[in-house]
Amino acid sequence: MSSDSSADAPIETDVVIIGAGPVGLFAVFELGLVDAKCHVIDILPKVGGQCAELYPEKPIYDVPGLPVVTGQELTDRLMEQIKPFGAEMHLGEQLNSLRRGDDGRFYMGTDAGTQFIAKSVVIAAGGGSFTPKRPPLSGIEAFEGTSVHYAVRRMETLRGKDVMIVGGGDSALDWTLSLAPIANSLTLVHRRDEFRGAPHSVDQMRALVAAGKVRLLIGQMTGLQGDNGELQTVTVKTASGDEAVTCNALLPFFGLTMKLGPIADWGLNLHENLISVDTERFETNEKGIFAIGDINWYPGKLKLILSGFHEAALMAQAAAKIVNPDKKVTFQYTTSSSSLQKKLGVK
Amino acid sequence: MAKITFIQPDGTQDVAEAELGMTVMEAAKQSDVAGIDAECGGSCACATCHVYVDAAWREKVGKAANMEEDMLDFAFDVREESRLSCQIRITLELDGLIVRVPAKQF
Repeated sequence: MSSDSSADAPIETDVVIIGAGPVGLFAVFELGLVDAKCHVIDILPKVGGQCAELYPEKPIYDVPGLPVVTGQELTDRLMEQIKPFGAEMHLGEQLNSLRRGDDGRFYMGTDAGTQFIAKSVVIAAGGGSFTPKRPPLSGIEAFEGTSVHYAVRRMETLRGKDVMIVGGGDSALDWTLSLAPIANSLTLVHRRDEFRGAPHSVDQMRALVAAGKVRLLIGQMTGLQGDNGELQTVTVKTASGDEAVTCNALLPFFGLTMKLGPIADWGLNLHENLISVDTERFETNEKGIFAIGDINWYPGKLKLILSGFHEAALMAQAAAKIVNPDKKVTFQYTTSSSSLQKKLGVK
Repeated sequence: MAKITFIQPDGTQDVAEAELGMTVMEAAKQSDVAGIDAECGGSCACATCHVYVDAAWREKVGKAANMEEDMLDFAFDVREESRLSCQIRITLELDGLIVRVPAKQF
């Protein structure tokens, strides 16, 4: 590798961890104890995985030693616990390519263009990557990417379009406010005349509706019509009947769901969409690629955070031998080992 | 115990025997009722355990709370009788409850 200092030079590290949920975060800790440097990638813009996305305020009762802890508290505590190891987080990115190089290391790239070269890969991707929900309307796939958009990368592509935004949260409201000035027409569709978004955004949206710049339609989508990937109308069921609304750009915002994503294409043995591992090393059929937490499967598997923590500890012992093959791994306790305490910065 | 009947979109019926105090979603999962995904495991955070409460039972079951109404925004084909089954706790009063499983969860 040439030592080009440009921004797109690959990041060389010991281990890349896919997923910044509780198990991915704790893997940083266990790998740190055995001197493996980590980079962590997550598709969400924040750490914590399901704990932060699905139940930040819900109590968890089965984390040993913590009689009750919320998803967000557990995430915050794990971040504090792994601080000494300085793992770099790459948030809002999805790893979409992975191949083994001739040197035995793994070459990876994200959808944001970040590249990694690592000696080992740990998949801690939980239920998969959080992706926007696709409305279950027949034929919607044919319009995706051309007329149906789950995210707006460049606003300019929607200039002059007949835009329909569906949803009642902040994404739907924010895009209504941003796109109203540049769209040819903008229809906001929501199932009820109540919005979850920030009150200030709701007020601004209502003002645009009052000024005739946005049409608010209370109802639900039931069908899409168009040709060759070009959407022409969307049928909306309202209290006063069905209406075909002119639309060539549809933005549905119905939250997120979890999908296995590109992981399915890496040649790993799967068991009902979960990655098969052994229970000694938690390694996949590809040497050097480990899978821990909810994403893996082995006989007796339980999808518990505490099981993922255990898996992280055993995985780290095995990964250490790949990361530093010439170094003997001696099992030690954080309570008594002065070298571990030095790593943790407590000595 | 209470009996909960789930009617599938094709008309087939699943009857679940549920312990009092469980949620309707838990009863469905325990009896492997198709069409109740419950992706988030009952946290009222995903809207994939959406059901339609039978007209005769709507009053007894009651209305969705605010948080559940918000989450119903993420469900498909929401109707007046829509509820998230993880938010319906089974009481003796609900013995015999009938709910319909929607054709599609998101």
